[in-house]
Amino acid sequence: MARKRAKAPAARETVTTVVVMRLYVAGKAPNSVKAIANLEAICRRYLKDRYKLEIVDVCEHPQRALADGVFVTPSLSKLSPAPTSNVIGNLSDTDNLLAALGLPAGDLQ
Amino acid sequence: MTARKRKTSRFLYKAPTGILGFDDLSRGGLPRNRTSMVMGGPGTGKTVFALQALVNAAQGRKQPGIFVAFEEGTDEIFANAATFGWRLPALAKSSLFFLDARLSPTVVQSGDFELSGMLAILEAKKRELGAGWIVFDGIDVLLVLLRDPGAAMREVYRLRNWLTHNDLTAIITTKIDGDTYGAVNYSFMQFMVDCVIRFDRRLEQGIPVRRIEIAKYRGSDFAPGEYPLSFGPRGLEVAAPGTTESRYEVSTERVSSGFKGLDSMLGGGLFRGSSTLITGAPGTSKTTLAGLFAETACRRGERTLFVSFDEGGARIRRNLTSVGIHLERHVKSGLLRMYSGQTDSVNPEEHLIRIAALLLEHQPRCMVIDPLSAISRTDALSLARAVCSRIIHTVRNNNITAFITSLVDGDDPQAEATELQISTIADTWIHLSYLVRGGERNRALTVIKSRGTQHSNQVRELVLSATGPKLMDVYSSGGDVLMGTLRWEKEAEERARKLHQQAEYGHKRRQLQFAEADIAARITALQLDLERQRAELARCTLDDERRQVSAGEWQHTVRTMRSADTVVTTAPAPGKRRAARISTKSRTNGDQEPLHGS
Repeated sequence: MARKRAKAPAARETVTTVVVMRLYVAGKAPNSVKAIANLEAICRRYLKDRYKLEIVDVCEHPQRALADGVFVTPSLSKLSPAPTSNVIGNLSDTDNLLAALGLPAGDLQ
Repeated sequence: MTARKRKTSRFLYKAPTGILGFDDLSRGGLPRNRTSMVMGGPGTGKTVFALQALVNAAQGRKQPGIFVAFEEGTDEIFANAATFGWRLPALAKSSLFFLDARLSPTVVQSGDFELSGMLAILEAKKRELGAGWIVFDGIDVLLVLLRDPGAAMREVYRLRNWLTHNDLTAIITTKIDGDTYGAVNYSFMQFMVDCVIRFDRRLEQGIPVRRIEIAKYRGSDFAPGEYPLSFGPRGLEVAAPGTTESRYEVSTERVSSGFKGLDSMLGGGLFRGSSTLITGAPGTSKTTLAGLFAETACRRGERTLFVSFDEGGARIRRNLTSVGIHLERHVKSGLLRMYSGQTDSVNPEEHLIRIAALLLEHQPRCMVIDPLSAISRTDALSLARAVCSRIIHTVRNNNITAFITSLVDGDDPQAEATELQISTIADTWIHLSYLVRGGERNRALTVIKSRGTQHSNQVRELVLSATGPKLMDVYSSGGDVLMGTLRWEKEAEERARKLHQQAEYGHKRRQLQFAEADIAARITALQLDLERQRAELARCTLDDERRQVSAGEWQHTVRTMRSADTVVTTAPAPGKRRAARISTKSRTNGDQEPLHGS
């Protein structure tokens, strides 16, 4: 218990700030659909409501993706808090995703 | 119906790349609105090829294009292109779009992804630009991230369908490792695309050799095999063989070699578009003959290209001035273009490609290569041979009258035949040699062969003077051609003999003239005698007649006076008329004997 409490504040510290993310998808492409589902599951599990997610469909807004330097879909950008990071793929590799988002792996709340 | 029609029309069209030689190899360029794949190891020129095609389309044919770079940043590409003089930053503002598709090293991968997002972006850009071309440079960098081969294949198919749907002429470049064919795990791409071009770079006897090969071209004829490739000052250049069928225009026009003696030995000059090989030991004045040919061509106002190896153009011009050949003014007027190549550790193919580029640039009608044998100085002899043969065929294809010199060690012209083997391709083969006899070394010129020409079989002496080279008359003695002092002696002897002969002929002629005059005089005397005799004869005959007539008249008078009977004479007469006349006249003669006839 003591150990868990000791670890809890650190974890709480990370998750108290709101994580702002943007996910670029390509319409109903299989990996894009998967990415949305995977991300939503992760967020529900790790961030509850402490996150802001914007989903950009590059098929509808190609100029925006171009401006943001995104060309691979699905692509997730963590905009804040720092450090920012980018993840590509359907987000099925949870460990990689959590590491990129700065979330401790296996920390269940 | 329309779809079908569209498909067939697509099938036939090609999009020229504007890359020197490649459009010949591919018989017109890349398949339009289709996908071509460019494969090769590192540093083989894949990116340059793709970029060059794109730049040429944008500049020359005003076709906008998109360049998707997976390996290099836009700045690096711009810097590399600047070495070829392509102004990419300017083009990027108007007709070219560069997408830097490198993934940041900090990007984390989590599961598979798809290209549909990128394609959506590109589609928007394509519509905005009206692009007709697209290049995916190093797409393997991205595809290799798809660990599942099935996923990679799916994405490649997606890409291909997208390209077909969007009517884009596409070039996809991929790397191949070492000499193993087939992009790592993407060999299926070769089956999928319509055209596969392989690039190769290897070392042959320490000389870098670049090659290009069209491995596949669906529905089109192309030149099979590997062809030399080189980086020229304006981009890639390919040494294309031209068409397999020789289609040179054959001309019967004679072009002067600039050397009267040689022209007459060749039956009036060189054929337009023929190639002449001049072999010879060092210092046998091969360059002089070549220079003379170049100068004469320039004087005729024909554009001329002078390619020299291991000797600068200015040096050659200076040396030729000493024998009265002035090339400087033709260089200044732009008619003559001189190019000098270095052969040390340079791939002979580089020269071939440079020459092809120069031919295109200068458009010459006459050309000199001096000496072509310099190419064979490198160890790669078989390569040098192939290059020489290609150079000659290129020159011939362009209907250029060429003078090619080749250095031969020793006096045996056959040595050339084994060295570069150009002599079999050349139309005319002139050999220059030294003949050492009587303590002298003299230059000799022989026409070994000349196709389609009745050429002289004589060995002639070549004499150089400040006014240019001269061929001396032939003096043979005991089966040898005399040269130098021996020739001079023979000439003097000949002159003395002629003088003597002339005197003798004069004497004989005079004798005959005398005999003729003598006979003529005698004929005149006899003629006069004859006339005299004839006149005498005529006079006698006349007297005779007169005598007869007067005799008849006398008888008649006598009878009349005696009043005697007229007698009809029946005496025969020598002429009937005369007899008749006499008979009428002597009708009263009675039985009188005729007087005449006795």
